[in-house]
Amino acid sequence: MEEQNTSFHQLLPNLFRLEYTKMTAVIGRHFGLQHIAIAEDIVSETFLIAMNSWAEKGIPENPTAWLYTVAKNKLKDYLKHEKIFNDKVSPVLQAASQSELPEVEFSPENINDSVLAMIFAVCSPINPPSSQIALALQILCGFSITEIAHAFLSNPETIRKRIQRARKQLREDNFEIKTLEKEALISRLAAVHTTIYLLFNEGYLSTSENQVIRQDLCSEAIRLALILTTNNITNTPATNALLALLCYQSSRLQARLNADGELILFDQQDTSLWNQELITQGHHFIINACTGNELSKYHLEAGIAYWHTTIGNKNKWENILSLYNELLLIDYSPITALNRTFAYAKVYGAETSIQEALKLNLSDNYYYHSLLGYLYSENHVQLAISHYQKAKSLTQSPAEIKAIDKEIQALKNLL
Amino acid sequence: MKEFLLIFRNSTNPHANPSPEQMQERMNWMASVAAQNKLADKGNRLSATQAKTVKPGNVVTDGPYTEIKEFISGYMIVKTETIEEAIAIAQENPILKDGGNVEIRAVLQPNEKN
Repeated sequence: MEEQNTSFHQLLPNLFRLEYTKMTAVIGRHFGLQHIAIAEDIVSETFLIAMNSWAEKGIPENPTAWLYTVAKNKLKDYLKHEKIFNDKVSPVLQAASQSELPEVEFSPENINDSVLAMIFAVCSPINPPSSQIALALQILCGFSITEIAHAFLSNPETIRKRIQRARKQLREDNFEIKTLEKEALISRLAAVHTTIYLLFNEGYLSTSENQVIRQDLCSEAIRLALILTTNNITNTPATNALLALLCYQSSRLQARLNADGELILFDQQDTSLWNQELITQGHHFIINACTGNELSKYHLEAGIAYWHTTIGNKNKWENILSLYNELLLIDYSPITALNRTFAYAKVYGAETSIQEALKLNLSDNYYYHSLLGYLYSENHVQLAISHYQKAKSLTQSPAEIKAIDKEIQALKNLL
Repeated sequence: MKEFLLIFRNSTNPHANPSPEQMQERMNWMASVAAQNKLADKGNRLSATQAKTVKPGNVVTDGPYTEIKEFISGYMIVKTETIEEAIAIAQENPILKDGGNVEIRAVLQPNEKN
């Protein structure tokens, strides 16, 4: 029983991550996005039932099929109830679609189409991009408000309000998610890319307290991006560049952790642990991405990620620096500015890069102080320590705190 | 935030035969401005040879440099709080090493008095 409990507690969060959005998408397609809350309720209830039932009776043989069956029954109950309500209370207004109970099909194909339809519905241009992303992360990826806040480098209350507003906007938008129109798909593709990109980063940069790297989030991001390649309209060079980026980055997932679950910095990684299969997949997608004239930020980032996967190339950091330079010109972000400065230090040395770093003036940013700590550690040990301490005060991630403590200790040993 | 136009002036053509090092240095400089989130418009390089000046009386002359030693080789727009910040940015431009100079001009808003 003890054993079963452990596996039960491991299984359910994983299943929730994997299945919540699929089930919401499939059921949501029945109601239209206006009533997405109904689909979310049905799926949440399904998981609640699973939690109680499995704790008592053990995990069923096929947990996913079990969830689908319960969700189907829940949906039928709901529609029956609705039908009775409509029959008795407002027979005139009874919708034709509700006179027959539709069968919900959880086939791989229908799940794919539903998820695609749902992604594009949620990334509606009616909301500002930041709201589209926050909403998508919540509805499509099952992110908590806190996780979304971290991905945005914002605070939970701001995000909560943003999502509330965005949901209201979507309801008023009254957008149908049953069909996938070409124009709507193209106009929303960039927002979808951003969502997938953020989802991946949330997994890759690992802000969660429980798991150091949430590989399933990275896989989810790749899965969503792959869905885009199955559709002719959404299989664009930028989509392929994004996928290349995700594959290259994922190739280092294993090497980024040691046996104790601590983060290992790029410089100290065992390169034999890099996943060559994913690197090869990255090559495949980057080649696909180079058809046509489009040069998206994902092309540049995939280029940077590509160079990171190379070993022993003497122009590696020069190439990375010039790609970062280009990237900054089309898409500024604090993290890009910081990464660019790191590459600058790799080419021109830590000492000359300190001025470059200080100019960024991102004094509330964990990575900013972490970078300064790194740059100062060569010749200014005291300053390095104080910046690492500042960085430590700006993060809640146990893995990051651990990594910084290690640096501080090493520096103190030098004094 | 205010916007300032940086006007680059040279006496020799910087676009003719720049070395890879010079290209890299210029790119690094511009990216450094972008990294500070102070780049409003990366502007353009301006040709030294494909140039004409139109004057009254149906007069068209070659180039902008028949009467002046320096010609404008490019421009860009930065966004900073003060003109001093814009000056600090300009002072690091590699053009200064090659004998060029940078003119800084505040971009006026529609209702702003000079």
